[in-house]
Amino acid sequence: MTTHTLSVLVENKPAVLARISGLFARRGFNIDSLAVGETEDPRVSRMTIVVSVEGKPLEQVTKQLQKLINVLKIAELPHDASVERELALIKVHSEPAKRSEILGIVEIFRAKITDVDAGAVMIEATGTPDKIASLEQLLAPYGIVEMVRTGRVALARGSGGLKPPALRPVPIESQAS
Amino acid sequence: MTKITGAQSLIRSLENAGTEVIFGIPGGTILPAYDPLLESSIRHILMRHEQGAGHAAEGYAHATGRPGVCMATSGPGATNLVTPIADAFMDSIPLVAITGQVSRPVIGNDAFQEADITGITMPITKHSYKVMDPDEIPTAIAEAFHIASTGRPGPVLVDIPKDVLQAQASFEWPDSVELPGYRPTTRPNRRQIRAAADLIRRAARPVLYVGGGVLKGRATEELMALAEATGAPVVTTLMARGAFPDDHPLCLGMPGMHGNYAAVTAMQRADLLITLCARFDDRVTGQLSTFAPHAKIIHADADPAEIGKNRAVDVPIVGDAKPIVGELAKAVLHDVATMGGRPDLSAWIHECNSMQREHPLAYEQEEDGRIKPQFVVDRFDDALKGEAIVVTGVGQHQMWASQYMRCNKPHSFISSGGLGTMGFAVPAALGAAVGRPNDRVVAIDGDGCFQMTAQELATATIEKIPFTIAILNNEHLGMVRQWQELFYDERYSQVYLPPDVPDYVKLAEAYGAVGLRAESMDDVDNVIDKSMGVDDRPCVIDFRCDPAEKCFPMVPAGASNDDIILGPGQEEAEQHEVGSDFAFGGIQAGEARA
Repeated sequence: MTTHTLSVLVENKPAVLARISGLFARRGFNIDSLAVGETEDPRVSRMTIVVSVEGKPLEQVTKQLQKLINVLKIAELPHDASVERELALIKVHSEPAKRSEILGIVEIFRAKITDVDAGAVMIEATGTPDKIASLEQLLAPYGIVEMVRTGRVALARGSGGLKPPALRPVPIESQAS
Repeated sequence: MTKITGAQSLIRSLENAGTEVIFGIPGGTILPAYDPLLESSIRHILMRHEQGAGHAAEGYAHATGRPGVCMATSGPGATNLVTPIADAFMDSIPLVAITGQVSRPVIGNDAFQEADITGITMPITKHSYKVMDPDEIPTAIAEAFHIASTGRPGPVLVDIPKDVLQAQASFEWPDSVELPGYRPTTRPNRRQIRAAADLIRRAARPVLYVGGGVLKGRATEELMALAEATGAPVVTTLMARGAFPDDHPLCLGMPGMHGNYAAVTAMQRADLLITLCARFDDRVTGQLSTFAPHAKIIHADADPAEIGKNRAVDVPIVGDAKPIVGELAKAVLHDVATMGGRPDLSAWIHECNSMQREHPLAYEQEEDGRIKPQFVVDRFDDALKGEAIVVTGVGQHQMWASQYMRCNKPHSFISSGGLGTMGFAVPAALGAAVGRPNDRVVAIDGDGCFQMTAQELATATIEKIPFTIAILNNEHLGMVRQWQELFYDERYSQVYLPPDVPDYVKLAEAYGAVGLRAESMDDVDNVIDKSMGVDDRPCVIDFRCDPAEKCFPMVPAGASNDDIILGPGQEEAEQHEVGSDFAFGGIQAGEARA
């Protein structure tokens, strides 16, 4: 099983997320992560979907996705030709004695402390999924209270970009004749 | 821009979309739409169950090629449409389903008769709309019709809350739709057409594998041109019956689980399948890994997702059936003209004809025995002379209808294929009769199927919609019985349906329909003849058939098409005199009297 990152431009309309996640479930694909947000055009959202599949069924699911009326464009982003990032918030137990150790780790990972109280710190980290995973591993011994990950977002490297197709009115054929 | 109610906007939009008839049932939330319907040019047919409304709309769409329209209220009205919507999705039937929804403020509150029908139908619709703004009704309807009827056709649901129907709305009928995410490819790629023609030129054992999309895409004339240009034998799937005339010398009939031996085996032996708008369904391919093992594949379809889904493809062609088949025919003719004539397929045609001759469709009707269901279909075929629309339910009778009815005209064989929906026949026949009032409609149905939707006889009587329902009453859920006999050691479990309960004749009469019965072979022609005279109401015929009769040929589920099981009379047919190969006409169906 290899993971694939799909970048999907969709119309920013109700129930689009349900249509897409439903399609993956129905066709028997597991979504590893799915992140969605508006693009520079508020009518268009971009979903970054990470899915573990073999090569051939990926083509089938992409074709099925493309059939959804609200899906505008799909691209697979190869790992080596795109920037992939994930954000994580990790709340870690931190007795005052351990705090500087934790701070050291946070610095190495170029993460930030975003909240502190007597018993815990909250760390905000951004990076590749691998980096987040290593950070989590290093923090685990201190006791992770809870954590959340956004799931991967990604863009292709270089000057090109995925653009939604331009609006083009299609005349209605008269059904009456 | 005029201000009207949302309900008026809906009805006006449906009129503008060309709706001639709506099959529906009113109820709480759709109530506002039924008021302007009184002044509308649209005919509304009041069905007795929403499932009937959906199947009737499908039958209408099958018969006319125009989108069928059904309408229901929220909650149970809408959920009763789920089966026909799923049916239309599987068989690519243009269907627009309008449902009422609870008012906007109570959506999500588990209000009375609330069901999330757009959510429920998401996996079985091509698209759906939940119209939350009364001004958006015309756009939603225009887009729904456009989406339902273009590309690969399919069902579109439009769900409208009651208060949206009641609100003031501005009405403007759009003359175009803007769907940036929906641009089906219509014209085929020229290079792919060329590549396909090259494969055809080099093939020694080609078969034209024709699916329902050729009918949906209105490409039957082009298909005839292509068949005659290539000289290749043609198989028509259940959904494509009539796309190519059975009487044509190149026609091998239906392939698949209960297909003609020659159709099934020709595909197995083919070196090229010219697949036109078919989808390598498991009912056609049998065990996929052993299906047509020597064949290269040309696969043309409106839906790119079908290409390569089940079978790897050598030449994919995406587009509408009409331009694809038309341009392919032209390319082949061009090759014939410029490259020294048509490849010699005479050995292959001879082989196919031998298969037809040696393993014809056949059954054994004993003179004094019980009526064989195939005999009934045979006699209908004789009486109708191909001049009727034949509709079926699902099961043995469906396969016999497909096998023994000669389908020579397009859009004249209507059946539930992909979903296999029992109960399809009565409402679908009703819808077909509404869509094509000048054509005779005959439903071949089973006793199990008939009882699932028989209440629509009331609709047909009241609306004076004539059609004949021939129940091949074999006292069983026959196909299940057949599987229990063959694969479960004759351990019959829950398949017996007493032939007298209900009394089908009395039931028909209670509904105001004509009820007839045939108990012996001698009655068959007589009742068929009588049914032909009924032209103002439905006519039900209870044919008391042999319950032991099984449907053959048969490829057991999951088995290879090479392991086709033949029935009595299909194994060693007597040799017929054959003249030239092309004089040997189409499918051989025969009755071997014992």
